[in-house]
Amino acid sequence: TAVRFVNKKCYIRARFVYIYLSFCLTDYFSQGKNDSEDSGLRFATCQLLWKQINSETEKIQEELNKQLFDNLIHFLRQSHSELQTKKTEWMCRMKSSEIPTAALVLGVNVTDHDMTFKSLSEVLQDNVTPYVVSLQAKECPGIKHLLQKLMGQLMDCNVDVDSSEEEECVNISQKKIRCSMASLSKWYESVTKKTDSETPSKKRTSSSRHWQSPPIVVIFKDMESFTTKVLQDFIVISSQHIREFPLVLIFGIATSPMIIHRLLPHSVSSLLCIELFQSLSCKEHLATVIDKLLLTTQFPFKLSEKVLQVLINIFLYHDFSVQNFIKGFQLSIVEHFYSQPLSVLCCQLLEAKKRVNSLSHNQCENIRSLPSFRRYVESQVSEKQIALLTEDSFLKEVTQTLLEDLHIYHENYFTVLRCLHVFTTSLPKYPLGKQIRELHCACLGKSVWETEEYESAIQLLRMLAKDELVAILQKCAEIFISSSGKQFSNTVEKLEEFLARFQNLEAETSEVQDVSVSSQKELQKTTDLYHLQKTLLALKESKRSKKLTKFEMLRFEVVDFIDSLVRSYLAPAEMQTLNEVVYFNTANTLREHLNAAPRIALHTALNNPYCYLKNQTLKSDVGCISNTAPDICIVYKLHLECGRLINLVDWLEAFSTVVTAVEGTDPDAVATDQVDEIIHARFIRAVSELELLGFIKPSKQKTDHVARLTWGGC
Amino acid sequence: MSQLELKRNKALEARFVADEDVLKHISDNGGVKVRKDRAQLELNIKRFVKKLENISDDDEAQEILEEQNYVAVLGACAEASELAQTPGKNVTFESSQYPEKPASTPKSSKKYSASNKAELKSKKNEFVSTTPYRLRKRLTAPSLRSDSESDYSASCSEEEEEDKDHKETSDVILDQKTPSKTRAAPASKKTPAKKLKEEMTSNLVEEYFEAHSSSKVRTSDRTLQKLQKRKLDQQTLLVLLNKAPPAFTAELKELNQQHESLFSKWMLQLHLGFSIVLYGLGSKRDLLEKFRTSLLQDSVHLVVNGFFPSITVRSILNSITEEVLDHMGTFRSPLDQLDLIMKRFKEDSSLELYLLIHNLDSKMLRGDKSQQILAQLASLPNIHLIASIDHINAPLMWDQAKQSLYNWLWYETTTFSPYLEETSYENSLLVQQSGSLALSSLTHVLHSLTPNARGIFRLLARYHLENKDNPSYPGLSFQDFYQRCREAFLVNSELTLRAQLTEFRDHKLIRTKRGTDGVEYLLIPVDNGTLTDFLEKEDEDI
Repeated sequence: TAVRFVNKKCYIRARFVYIYLSFCLTDYFSQGKNDSEDSGLRFATCQLLWKQINSETEKIQEELNKQLFDNLIHFLRQSHSELQTKKTEWMCRMKSSEIPTAALVLGVNVTDHDMTFKSLSEVLQDNVTPYVVSLQAKECPGIKHLLQKLMGQLMDCNVDVDSSEEEECVNISQKKIRCSMASLSKWYESVTKKTDSETPSKKRTSSSRHWQSPPIVVIFKDMESFTTKVLQDFIVISSQHIREFPLVLIFGIATSPMIIHRLLPHSVSSLLCIELFQSLSCKEHLATVIDKLLLTTQFPFKLSEKVLQVLINIFLYHDFSVQNFIKGFQLSIVEHFYSQPLSVLCCQLLEAKKRVNSLSHNQCENIRSLPSFRRYVESQVSEKQIALLTEDSFLKEVTQTLLEDLHIYHENYFTVLRCLHVFTTSLPKYPLGKQIRELHCACLGKSVWETEEYESAIQLLRMLAKDELVAILQKCAEIFISSSGKQFSNTVEKLEEFLARFQNLEAETSEVQDVSVSSQKELQKTTDLYHLQKTLLALKESKRSKKLTKFEMLRFEVVDFIDSLVRSYLAPAEMQTLNEVVYFNTANTLREHLNAAPRIALHTALNNPYCYLKNQTLKSDVGCISNTAPDICIVYKLHLECGRLINLVDWLEAFSTVVTAVEGTDPDAVATDQVDEIIHARFIRAVSELELLGFIKPSKQKTDHVARLTWGGC
Repeated sequence: MSQLELKRNKALEARFVADEDVLKHISDNGGVKVRKDRAQLELNIKRFVKKLENISDDDEAQEILEEQNYVAVLGACAEASELAQTPGKNVTFESSQYPEKPASTPKSSKKYSASNKAELKSKKNEFVSTTPYRLRKRLTAPSLRSDSESDYSASCSEEEEEDKDHKETSDVILDQKTPSKTRAAPASKKTPAKKLKEEMTSNLVEEYFEAHSSSKVRTSDRTLQKLQKRKLDQQTLLVLLNKAPPAFTAELKELNQQHESLFSKWMLQLHLGFSIVLYGLGSKRDLLEKFRTSLLQDSVHLVVNGFFPSITVRSILNSITEEVLDHMGTFRSPLDQLDLIMKRFKEDSSLELYLLIHNLDSKMLRGDKSQQILAQLASLPNIHLIASIDHINAPLMWDQAKQSLYNWLWYETTTFSPYLEETSYENSLLVQQSGSLALSSLTHVLHSLTPNARGIFRLLARYHLENKDNPSYPGLSFQDFYQRCREAFLVNSELTLRAQLTEFRDHKLIRTKRGTDGVEYLLIPVDNGTLTDFLEKEDEDI
């Protein structure tokens, strides 16, 4: 019988009909939307953009990991060089059979680790040794499997060294030798001897990057998940063989280094010579990614405030995974290009201008229906309004200039944003957020200068000390200089002027200092408490009434200048004309697809079917049972009224009462028995559906009872 | 019978409409009221005693109030006992409850004693199950609600008493019982609905602890057997369900059309490396089927019915290696198999496979190892996974690592369509297992055996059926069995019998169990009906 059901269970259509369809994804891209305007071009742009962004993220990752990897390589080199040079020391170390071990603390964002390890093993293979083995806990339930994996990967990884060796490798693996440490050391001996004796010159030339007698590096990707016994056995066994081949372990740790001592007893951990390495925190990683991907004009695609907020929330409250953040970013790109026909213009400025010229009439209509464009039209004089709404060519012209404006807006925006960020990070309590992404969100959403936080930030800025202010101004000047925008030359000049004026203040402030010093002296004189209080009060009075010093005047001026910059350049993106072309703003879809709440959906469907089935008869108050609702909803609601156990008979009766309240309008129906049967059947179906959904389970506590499994709202 | 049914329905109709009246009627009824009071009395006593025991720093005023209550209830109690002592009053109570039939005095007095017992029992139940919290709520609740609450317990006890009647008295009383029962049901079910509405938001958490605070649960003892509802088998169930009128067809169609408009988007996202998971109420099988037939006709795809009770990851992997990769050979472990699949798919980028899994969260696939393997499959860029989940806790299957391997995109596809296929395999409580599956497997296996072996099995089956009414039947001991087989000239040595038994055991036809005395007992793990059918069939063949 089993066979019969295998066929039923899994069946495959078109087994060998590998029709390499000329289908391209573009078809799917265009099928969804009715107005399939420029779908091909749109899709190509989307793919290109994603490719660029993806390579950019990889580059970022590489750069961030560089420091860590350098340290690791240095560590490997050291443990290796001791073998080479200080033979005696190595000998004594071998006597104690300690295995050099790098503990790599990677943080809780497990999903990002794979990438790190992948690039790590690549780097090691390029620079240190061909013998790099990565092991995962799920592959190694026992020590036997672990050794098998280890041998298997080692046999594979020296393929590039020599062709003759390769054959031998195949032989070895074909024989399926018993995987033991002894055979491993034999293998290592043969490999190193061969390379040493046969082709010393060749080796030096071909793989000079690798050291002689390269170490075997074993990476335990997720150390916490390994069973203790496997780890212990492996370490003990390999410590016995450490004098035969240089072995280095790398532990990937997600929690804290303490876990090593918790997993391994002292007798085992004493066999290791552990050095700790800390990888970059995921928050810094995210900050860099946001900085390089979002706060730049390099990529035309932008996220709106809400979308960015959703992605950041998923990062902060769910997984700390940069990988997932990028995935969300990818999804938003796809969604944007899929749903917005005008996204065809979401490309580099020059290209976009070209594309504007070839827009179809429909696309022009699409532009006209954009809310931001409508706002723009309304602000124009009437003749221009008519021209914009009727002449496609004129519209295209205007669109080109508008796109350019948008581009310039972004250029200015990011520079001023960074500048403002320099100011706000120096403030106590960070009223506008510590990270630039928070500031970005605040500015994107609404006019930042209207918010209370901005008010208080400006208040605090007016109290900055001089040296702080000077340092900040210098930083700002650097930012403006490095920005490509020409329009900031004035700003830079202004900033430099401020800096110069601060310098000139030095002399004047010395006088002020004199005054304060004298008052200080006075303070020191008075020893009597009463007098002290009096003088202090007098001092305060004098300070309050005193006219603003020159420094304070200048400080006000600087803050006002910054304020004016913010007001002119950090206008919210939604106000910009044509922002819909480059901004993706349906945060809801993103949240639905990435961070769904299936239980809530089930609950709403059961409790309030009207949400899905727009039928007037289903409209009902909360908590009431509508007679016409689908069976499963009625059964579900009845079950909510029960305790831990539910009597099926009572349930059935209640169900039939509710159902017949509608249908029983003709009690004279002859087929009463029949109806009852049908209701019974419907009840059975609904109950088994609830069981499938996991709301109830059969119980053996009492006959014909089921146990309820959920409590509370859902 | 049909006449009776009709009458019952009519009675139900009338009383259901006059729901409030029924309530009033019950509460007006002296007998019920007394019961209610007594129930409260019990509770009060309990509370009082508890207070005394605790000697906590409770309000004195509160205590006095309690005491007053106690006294008041004591009075009621006296009245109640008085009532209980006069059988005449009880008779009137009975007749008022069943106005249609004047019950004869001896019968009802007998019944009265029964009911008294039942009452006591029910009170005991209540005593155990109520918690102080619940009690306080009940006492402070508005009178109407407390009425209905105690009504509920009253109706419970009533039912118990009736159940006893059922055993003790004749069918006449059985007929009597029906109206009261049907009346009790709406009363007991409707009122909590109101309560729920009021307290829905306030005590979601408390609800849980309340339900789990005591080990005993108060439910009525009625069983399906007494309802004289025969268990339906799958076939009749389907037939009956087909007769039921479909509802909301237009709305359902609209829902489905909404989902179907997403098909091309799914395809796009599948190709961009995402996997798609569908959730929401209603069977998503038809939707996925439609997706398959409309978009996947020309590509290689594998459909996995996860809800099938004997599906394993291994069988999925096997079908990939055998059918898609044309690899004939066995694997030591699923991990090896997975390695091969991953290698092949990585090497050959032109290879593409669509994997459709109905019910990824089914019992057989929800294990950690299965999910790990499926996740790794899904992580391959040229395997495109689209799956559906239904269980409310399904997302708990995946940790961060698995989720990132799957790379899910969630789509809510609430269809409201019945889970016909999905639940047909479930050993539902109410559905009678037809046993056709077991029967066919029995005949299949036995046909491939020697006549002697068949004889051995028949012997065991007969013995099994002879003892079917013996609840303590441990099975046939091996020695005994050997003796019988020898007598029937079926085997000549213990060894041959053992060889036969191994064969049976491999096909799960028999099970061995060691008794307390160390003797090996043989059992047939097939239900008696199937076994009888089988023997009949066998006898026909011979």
